[in-house]
Amino acid sequence: MATTVHEPPHVDPHRLPDHGHSGNGGGRNLVPADGDWRVALDYSPPPSSTAIWVVLFAITMMFAAFTSALIVRKGSSLDWRTFKLPSVLFFNTGLLLASGVTLEVSRRRIAAFMGNLKSQVESPAPWLYVTLSLGLLFVAGQYVAWSQLSAQGLYLATNPSSSFFYVLTATHALHVLGGLAGLGYVIRKLSKSSLRRSTLDATARYWHFMDALWLYLLLLLWMKL
Amino acid sequence: MHDMLAHATQHHAPPTSFIRKYVFSLDHKVIGKQYYALALVAALSGMVLSWMMRLHLGWTNLAIPGLHFLSKNGAPGNVMTPEFYLQLMTMHGTIMVFFVLTTAPFAAFGNFFLPIQVGAEDMPFPRFNMMSFWVTFLAFVVLMSSFFVGDGPTLGGWTQYAPLNAVGSAAGPGQGLGVVLWATSIALFCIGQLLGALNFITTTLDLRVKGMSLMRLPLSAWGWFITSCIGLTAFAVLLPACILVILDHVAGTSFFVASGLVINDQLLPHSGGSTLLWQHLFWFFGHPEVYVAIVPGIGMVSHILITNMRKPMLSQRVLIYCMGALAVLSYVVYGHHMFVSGMNPYSSLAFSFPTLVITIPATIVVLIWTFSLYGSRLRINSASLFALGFISMFVSGGVSGFFLAQPSIDIMLHATYFVVGHFHMVMGVAAMFGIFAGTYFWFPKMTGRMMNETLGRVHFWLSFVGTYCIFMPFHYLGMAGNVRRYSSFPEDFLQPLLPVHRLITIAALVTGAAQLIFVYNLIHSRFRGKPAPDNPWEATSLEWSTATPPPWDNFGGRLPVVYHDPYQYGVQSSVGDYVMQASPEQVKTEFEEK
Repeated sequence: MATTVHEPPHVDPHRLPDHGHSGNGGGRNLVPADGDWRVALDYSPPPSSTAIWVVLFAITMMFAAFTSALIVRKGSSLDWRTFKLPSVLFFNTGLLLASGVTLEVSRRRIAAFMGNLKSQVESPAPWLYVTLSLGLLFVAGQYVAWSQLSAQGLYLATNPSSSFFYVLTATHALHVLGGLAGLGYVIRKLSKSSLRRSTLDATARYWHFMDALWLYLLLLLWMKL
Repeated sequence: MHDMLAHATQHHAPPTSFIRKYVFSLDHKVIGKQYYALALVAALSGMVLSWMMRLHLGWTNLAIPGLHFLSKNGAPGNVMTPEFYLQLMTMHGTIMVFFVLTTAPFAAFGNFFLPIQVGAEDMPFPRFNMMSFWVTFLAFVVLMSSFFVGDGPTLGGWTQYAPLNAVGSAAGPGQGLGVVLWATSIALFCIGQLLGALNFITTTLDLRVKGMSLMRLPLSAWGWFITSCIGLTAFAVLLPACILVILDHVAGTSFFVASGLVINDQLLPHSGGSTLLWQHLFWFFGHPEVYVAIVPGIGMVSHILITNMRKPMLSQRVLIYCMGALAVLSYVVYGHHMFVSGMNPYSSLAFSFPTLVITIPATIVVLIWTFSLYGSRLRINSASLFALGFISMFVSGGVSGFFLAQPSIDIMLHATYFVVGHFHMVMGVAAMFGIFAGTYFWFPKMTGRMMNETLGRVHFWLSFVGTYCIFMPFHYLGMAGNVRRYSSFPEDFLQPLLPVHRLITIAALVTGAAQLIFVYNLIHSRFRGKPAPDNPWEATSLEWSTATPPPWDNFGGRLPVVYHDPYQYGVQSSVGDYVMQASPEQVKTEFEEK
């Protein structure tokens, strides 16, 4: 539980006396001098924690549009052919879920590492590399799935079912690559000791969302294809 | 630990190189001006296209000099072919809706003034902001390039209905490469606006300065914030729709093309696609897009009117709730664009009801404006005139919406000029008047110089009378059964209407020419205008408490603190009849502060 307690926000003392602090939004700027954390929670969040929800909302809308397109398209004609999902997808699912676990491990390590316990905890970077590798393996695994399908003669334009399979999995994979870029950014910042907690939290939320989105897509594809 | 928890607001250093200052600038003010310039170029392009269309509609066999430069085959002897007319119509609509009505009121003014009005030094993600503009610019280049490749731009209209948008070049000029370029351009545009919405939302929620509660935000800031929420949802749906259309073209998929379609004696290889699917995806974006164009106008016009009335609106809170209601309802009314699509009549009813409901917040907004104006001593200037013009256009165009909301009437009028008149007034011209009002009002702050007031008033009266002369007759044409999208009217029953078309054409040419006065005023005042004081309109919001033009970090390193509601007019203070938001001066106010 202790890790969820927020430190009082860092405010440049030179800017405090007579004017405000960017981001210290009206009504919520209730940080007392003694930094009581219960009040400090009212402090407006750093933009990246708001931004990540905005991003996740946009991605949700995008996949909602794809989903409704899939349902309408399937119902609009009799040409929909079902096929068996490549089994490698389930292996990939395991990889992605494992990467979520390793990311959580590295987050806890980073919190300990940054909490002035440097001598007692080894560098958290290896766990981030493990997460990164698992993510890369997931994308590679998706590529294997596409190759297996095309080996069976199922291409993008073969049937609407295969079209949706490729479109949904490829769009998801692109977003996973975006998450990998985020992880790379976190590793770079960590190595320079300039990592912000909000950056790490935003990256983690995005990554876990990719997990959840993939489970949803897998269920959708399994039910509809 | 502090490093990790430090506030995430990223401030960039003042730019030094030319490229960073004026081209790939991270400064929201420069990006706002870039958006404005893009919108200006786009508006002039769209206007010239409409001139060509109007000339052709009035005088069918008229040779328009230079027309062949725009199309290899579309203008033999400089006379427009029907296909080329449709290509011009498509490009006019696409340019105006996306690159003018979205970029100018929302992206241009919002970028420049939202951070200043909330008291921030910049948007939280300046690099995304820069990308947002340049991706939008690229989208415009891709769209305009379709004039010069293959057989020209697509002719499917700005709505690009399926299956016409997916069957390829067999369906007519521009239906191959033209559609791919159109869809690519719009997909890029979606990405640009999503990046913009991300910055707008986080700026409003997280970067407000000390004392700036949500209810203390000026109405214009509320307009941009609500619009960014609409845009976030709408563009995130149009993007996948564009991807699917592109795949139907380049990968041979069958998302939108039905089986057994024969075009020009050619059996198409596609099978089983749903043509209605495109309409659903498109209009789920398309109707909210109307509000992306108009809600910033509602906010800006309210802001400008209050400043010139010298008193707040009857209810700031209700105005904000109404803008929010418009945003939410805009998603459940989109089916009213599809009354004639052959969808289930019960669905029509389900979309008709919320369409009538959405007129309630719109009417409340108009009533608040009207009764706030009643008895006020309005300062008349170019900005307030255009703000009044906005209300006039919004009402005149909106009233025909009551009729069109009912399926039984819409089925008769849908394919006629009545609808064209309706949306041109309520979203096109009204939003343009909002842009003009914003320009005359904020130009001093943006450039440090005043615009010419006399030219501004001439511009207003010519535009105001001119647009009524153009778009009012559209309604009569529609009721007389004049179909839209036709390039000429050889039918007997349409022949008597030709003089009306000619009158409209003349009005369009004159009104268009009047816009050149505005462009002259804009450019001339930019370099030769009277130097502007910091607060020429005696306004209260934060953009007027900083220098003119604002320094690169907006407040010169000393962020303001907000002490008052946004519109404290009609008070006795040391500066006059108003007290600025950032002024600690305590005054007795007629209107109680929150």
